[in-house]
Amino acid sequence: MAISFEVNGGTVSVDAPRDTPLLWVIREQLKLTGTKFGCGAGLCGACVVHIDGRRAFSCQTQLSNVAGRQVTTIEGLSPDSSHPVQKAWLAERVPQCGYCQSGQIMSAADLLTRNPHPTRAEIVAQMSGHICRCGTYLRILRAIERASRES
Amino acid sequence: MNKISRRDAGFSRRGFMIGIAGMTFAIAAGEPRFVSAATDASDRTGTPFNPWVSIAPSGAISIMAPATEMGQGSLTSLPLILAEELDADWSNVVAVPAPPINKIYGNPAMFGAMLTAHSLSVQGYFTPLRIFGAQVRAMLLDNVARHWNVPSTELSTEPGVVVHAKSGRRIGYGEIVAFAEIPAVAPDIRPEALKKPSDFRLIGRDVMRVELPTKVTGNAIYAIDVQVPGMIYGAVLHGPVQGGAPDNVDDTAAKAIAGVIDVVRLPYGVGVLAKTPWAAFSAKSALAVTWQRTGKAWGFDSDKGLDAFAADVRDLNMPTTVDWYKQGDTKAALAQAATTMDAEYRCHYAYHAQMEPLNAVASVSAAGDAAEVWCGTQYPPAARSAAARALGIPDERVKLNYTLLGGGFGRRGDYAEEWVVDAVLMAKSAQRPVPVKVMWTREDDVHNGHFRPITAHYLRAGIDAAGKLIAYDQRLVGDRVLPAENPQFFRDSHDRDYQLMGGVQLTYYDIPNQYAGQIPQDTGVRTAPLRGIGDIANKFVAESFIDEVALKQNADPMRFRLDLLKNTPRGHRVLQRVAEMADWGRTRDNTALGCAFIVYNDTLISGVAEVSVNRSTGQIKVRNFWCAVDCGIAVQPDNIVAQFEGGIVYGHGLALFEEITIRDGAVQQSNFYDYRVMRMYEVPDIHVEIIPTDNHPTGVGQMPVPIVAPAVGNAVARLTGVRLRESPMTQERVKKALG
Repeated sequence: MAISFEVNGGTVSVDAPRDTPLLWVIREQLKLTGTKFGCGAGLCGACVVHIDGRRAFSCQTQLSNVAGRQVTTIEGLSPDSSHPVQKAWLAERVPQCGYCQSGQIMSAADLLTRNPHPTRAEIVAQMSGHICRCGTYLRILRAIERASRES
Repeated sequence: MNKISRRDAGFSRRGFMIGIAGMTFAIAAGEPRFVSAATDASDRTGTPFNPWVSIAPSGAISIMAPATEMGQGSLTSLPLILAEELDADWSNVVAVPAPPINKIYGNPAMFGAMLTAHSLSVQGYFTPLRIFGAQVRAMLLDNVARHWNVPSTELSTEPGVVVHAKSGRRIGYGEIVAFAEIPAVAPDIRPEALKKPSDFRLIGRDVMRVELPTKVTGNAIYAIDVQVPGMIYGAVLHGPVQGGAPDNVDDTAAKAIAGVIDVVRLPYGVGVLAKTPWAAFSAKSALAVTWQRTGKAWGFDSDKGLDAFAADVRDLNMPTTVDWYKQGDTKAALAQAATTMDAEYRCHYAYHAQMEPLNAVASVSAAGDAAEVWCGTQYPPAARSAAARALGIPDERVKLNYTLLGGGFGRRGDYAEEWVVDAVLMAKSAQRPVPVKVMWTREDDVHNGHFRPITAHYLRAGIDAAGKLIAYDQRLVGDRVLPAENPQFFRDSHDRDYQLMGGVQLTYYDIPNQYAGQIPQDTGVRTAPLRGIGDIANKFVAESFIDEVALKQNADPMRFRLDLLKNTPRGHRVLQRVAEMADWGRTRDNTALGCAFIVYNDTLISGVAEVSVNRSTGQIKVRNFWCAVDCGIAVQPDNIVAQFEGGIVYGHGLALFEEITIRDGAVQQSNFYDYRVMRMYEVPDIHVEIIPTDNHPTGVGQMPVPIVAPAVGNAVARLTGVRLRESPMTQERVKKALG
């Protein structure tokens, strides 16, 4: 039976087994490929989206768990890269390969929503669930501090 | 004709071509139409002035980018180098990924191959791209001179505009296209006619990387994001050992999973075709397969293997296969030395862990005689050839579309490109021409990894009565890499395995007698170049051992190296600078500094690590890392700093804990829970300074990786008095060494 939920402000109805990870529904059925597959085990953070405004690993979230809920992906964070985190990411030239950055940005946005002026330790605590193999961590840190300052 | 589905065709105002070369997709409704677009420069618009540059009447300039983009920035820096001499208006430049043609777009520094590796893109293409740019500029000037009937010597250019100062006339590059005649032979450009570095308008000034804006919106397209209409999904269970083949396959449970279309036996594994990725992965997990013990690595255990390597490396009767380099006579010098020292070092397997698990999409024609492939690769012509070989068809029958890479680090440059082979074989097994996306899980990516090799090193030093290092001798026994990565390159290199041996030579140090010998072994374990190649092990070993020699002489290790660099002024300057940055002479409470210096493909790098050690747990904490670099002309300075920051992080993981172990030929790790990589909480403060010079630009991508381990180990030695001779320097090893 189809499961309905909201994605980036629009309602979708998805016909897939209930235990399908949300990640694969988003990427391959809804074609929102900005959310990435990295480990499939909640270890790297590449798949992070917002569910009802809070970050979540979409690879660890079953489709049935989002019925009736609001999902926001990187594509829905802002219509035009104008979210303070996105702007800061460009200002600090954060991405290298870029593959992990959607998840990083979604986690950073989640942090700043709850805690607009985090300490460095709070940023590190929030972001250490993510892996950036290119090693852009210091720029991510600077970008979050910039976004906090400028928003 | 359908195009790949995209949400946003606009992207940035920089006009980057999305990251997929050859955007003319051939999958038409129902039946693929295989065009030879892989050899067409079909993406560029406007008039081609040479294979690299096309100019449209609008003034838009398409410049071919011959290196694949995996985060290192070549998609920007290579077209920018050409644009510099063309005097193009950068805001009108479109970077177009070049088609996979070695003959036209190959890197002269990389056997002429269009292989993005060894941090050789800027270094190898710098001069040719400048000449190609200058040639087009000369053509534009000649055409305007003819058109206006003025001597071309009276013409000059400003970005995107030809100017006749005498008459005050100006004409945009795009306007010239209407009357341009392209000569059959390109104008001759002498190197002295190229710009002086002081005249550069683009080189040396940071621009926004062309694809960067797409990487904060989710719009950047990697191979794993490719959506082709009608696509199904594949997953492949590979044998645990290379060369292994499936024996008994029980697919009952797999086939019972909803959405599974078929289970396919491949020569080296078992594949699943399914309607969704989740069904494909679930079915792969449900397969019960036994394996024929064909292939070499069965029975191999890496811990015992490394013990055996170490025994061999100390056995001076075991001959080296290649005298990698020698100067003077180490044997005689060791015999004459007042003091000799020796030491054994070991390094372990390590995994690339690029964030995008390997994957590809393929469609094979109904007759099986043509294919189209979408993939992320460091080596597009090899990806095309691998697909063609797997299908038994000529290369020309494969259309290759390559995308941005979610990390490369050397994993995607093998000639085998086995993830592409997976995709074409699964597409061949599907209801052709249905396209199939084959994705590896992280577990597949680890289990099927190609690793940095295990190595054992035996070093000897001779010191004369005055305390001068007069002999440095190293023997290395290691698992071969180049023969596995690319047999042709190995033959072309006269059996010199530079992936294994890179970095052994210390010619920049004033040590009169030096020798390094290569003793490769073939364990059958899959190996590959990994960001930093042999230099990771060899610089760890060399710079640690040099440090041992310095401490034995009661010399300051920084001073000792500065003296060794007396004939290498650029190196001396780089090392001197890092000493200042780190305030080397200041003693700290509970921390110590260690230094290292390396030259890697002509890039000169110094590093200082500040570490503390928890003696009860053995944990090394790196608090600060200072690094100075001279890579010649800094084409994109901030990007160089970014590469260094990232490379230093990468080097930290390799230095401290990243390790793959093999048991009975099979990889024992599976995912990020048992293959740990650096996270934000572990990253030291990193301080990078570029020392710009007017020398030919040299590589930066992998160069910083090897500087880390020796600097960290040397700091631990100064702090604790204990020398760590095994990498990675895990907590367990440190604890054991501290006693």
